[in-house]
Amino acid sequence: MHKLGDFKLPQFFNYPPYFTLQPVRDTREKQIQLWKELILDYCKSQKVFLIGVEEDFPLFSNSAIDRTLSHEARETFLSAIVGEGRAEWLDKGHRKCLILWHRIQDWADIILKFVRENGLEDSVMTVEEIRSGTESLGTELEGIDRTILMRALKLLENKGKLALFKGTSADDEGVKFSV
Amino acid sequence: MASENGFFTNAEVTTSGRPVLRRNEVECFLLSSVDLDSEDDPPRFTALRSGNLILTTHRLIWIPSQSTNASSLPSSLPLSAITQIFSHKKSIKSMFHSPRIRFQADPGSVVVTVVFRGKGDFDGFLTKFWECWRGRAWEGEDKSESETSMSGGGAVAQGLYGNDGTVRMVGLAGILRKEQEQWESTDKSLQDAFQDLNALMSKAKEMVSLAEKMRQKLLSAPSSQNGSGDDEEMGSKEEMQQWMLSVGIISPVTKESAGALYHQELSRQLADFVKIPLEQAGGMISLTDMYYHFNRARGTELISPDDLWQACTLWEKFDVPVMLRKFDSGVKVIQNKSHSDEEVMSRIRMLVTKTETLRTGVTASDAALTLKIAPAMAKEHLLSAETKGLLCRDMSPDGLRFYFNLFPEFDLTNLHLVKDFGEYAEWIKATSLVSV
Repeated sequence: MHKLGDFKLPQFFNYPPYFTLQPVRDTREKQIQLWKELILDYCKSQKVFLIGVEEDFPLFSNSAIDRTLSHEARETFLSAIVGEGRAEWLDKGHRKCLILWHRIQDWADIILKFVRENGLEDSVMTVEEIRSGTESLGTELEGIDRTILMRALKLLENKGKLALFKGTSADDEGVKFSV
Repeated sequence: MASENGFFTNAEVTTSGRPVLRRNEVECFLLSSVDLDSEDDPPRFTALRSGNLILTTHRLIWIPSQSTNASSLPSSLPLSAITQIFSHKKSIKSMFHSPRIRFQADPGSVVVTVVFRGKGDFDGFLTKFWECWRGRAWEGEDKSESETSMSGGGAVAQGLYGNDGTVRMVGLAGILRKEQEQWESTDKSLQDAFQDLNALMSKAKEMVSLAEKMRQKLLSAPSSQNGSGDDEEMGSKEEMQQWMLSVGIISPVTKESAGALYHQELSRQLADFVKIPLEQAGGMISLTDMYYHFNRARGTELISPDDLWQACTLWEKFDVPVMLRKFDSGVKVIQNKSHSDEEVMSRIRMLVTKTETLRTGVTASDAALTLKIAPAMAKEHLLSAETKGLLCRDMSPDGLRFYFNLFPEFDLTNLHLVKDFGEYAEWIKATSLVSV
């Protein structure tokens, strides 16, 4: 069992102490870094944008060695990712965590690249089309978390690269690019 | 028996600076800051300055105090060599002098002056000195010794302190003969002994030999019963034998005998005593266990936990081979100075890098078995190994286990990288062996 779906797990995933929050500082520091890398790798390859601390997240338990991360450990590892700006807590209770394997700025750059590559410099699109339209198929934007996409678009709007407007349907917004 | 001094013989002392007593010798009094001087000049007599004077039933022992230079050696003079003790002259002059005693001793009828420069119960010493000299303990001993050998008993070691300073049991051999007679006298001495504690102390020597007698009797009993005794009986007999064997210290340091130097002398005696229990416990023993062992050996002269604590803390000042150690958890232990952490750590490393334990980790009780120490102590060692980064922990519903710390070997830039050599590779080998 060194795979989780099509994700290849490292060997140390079967090392029981990996699942116990280590009390000694140096060891703990290394453990946190290892978890941080593994979570980000996994989320990126599996397009996971949201981790619920209390929900079943495949990485947080290993049935092969019968070990599960404690609540404290999960929060510690996710907080470490938040501390590096690679994730954000969505609530004060630290129950839901938004994972940003690309930072918002990086996502904004990806959108601009996408616009240029598809000749959409002066076009109008809906937000939903960016996530699931034919142009975005097979790109990193396919299936992007809506919260993250909106924040990247707002960042571009502030820079004058586009304008957001309310569309005809109540649940969608339009984007007018002006790159 | 000649020594540099020409008059005194060199006295044996233990590594912690306590005198090595001979068989049946009992320490009676101790005074500090004592000079021994004489009107005679070297080579017949060299003055001994500023040391501790110990009076025993057999000898006067002078031990240099720490501050004096090493040129003065511990010296002793048998009381039997003393031919006369001069009575203490009370005069106006003596009131301004440091208190002193003069006595004459062979060889050569040298007159020795004992000068007390420190504080202490000088009169008490004088009384005891007379008592011991007149008591002629050495004479009675020669007699009983020849009696013992005539009765044909086995030569059980009789000295309480061996030559190496360790505590041995006072023995008595040839018991089975005249058994009836002895039991009668035994009964009497038991009754006498329990009249009061003072009487018991004066009977201490007899009690110790009585214990040895009982032990011998117990030893001989099973053969006469042709093994008909059941296991429980055998067990209790063995236990009884153990008790008898550990009857203890014949001359415990007491507040009465050591006075102001009580804790200091207690500390030295403890340092000598702890060797054997320490060896049995594998180089480290908890303070509570030691308290039990020491008080058991002392018999009636029990010390308080605080006295034990003080005695242990004084070790820092002496050159003794043992030390007191406090773990982070608050557990206090006595350990050999030679019992280094490095050695324990290397043994733990050996334990956790075995193929089997690399895979399963170890518990405190596993480590206790391998290191041959108490589980509580083993846990302390595992925890300090964890703090040093040698181990890391695994908490599971089954409990706490410790693993060899592989974290430093995991590569952050490439999570899948496994170096060809190193414990990480060994661990993968060990775990794959099982899953195949």
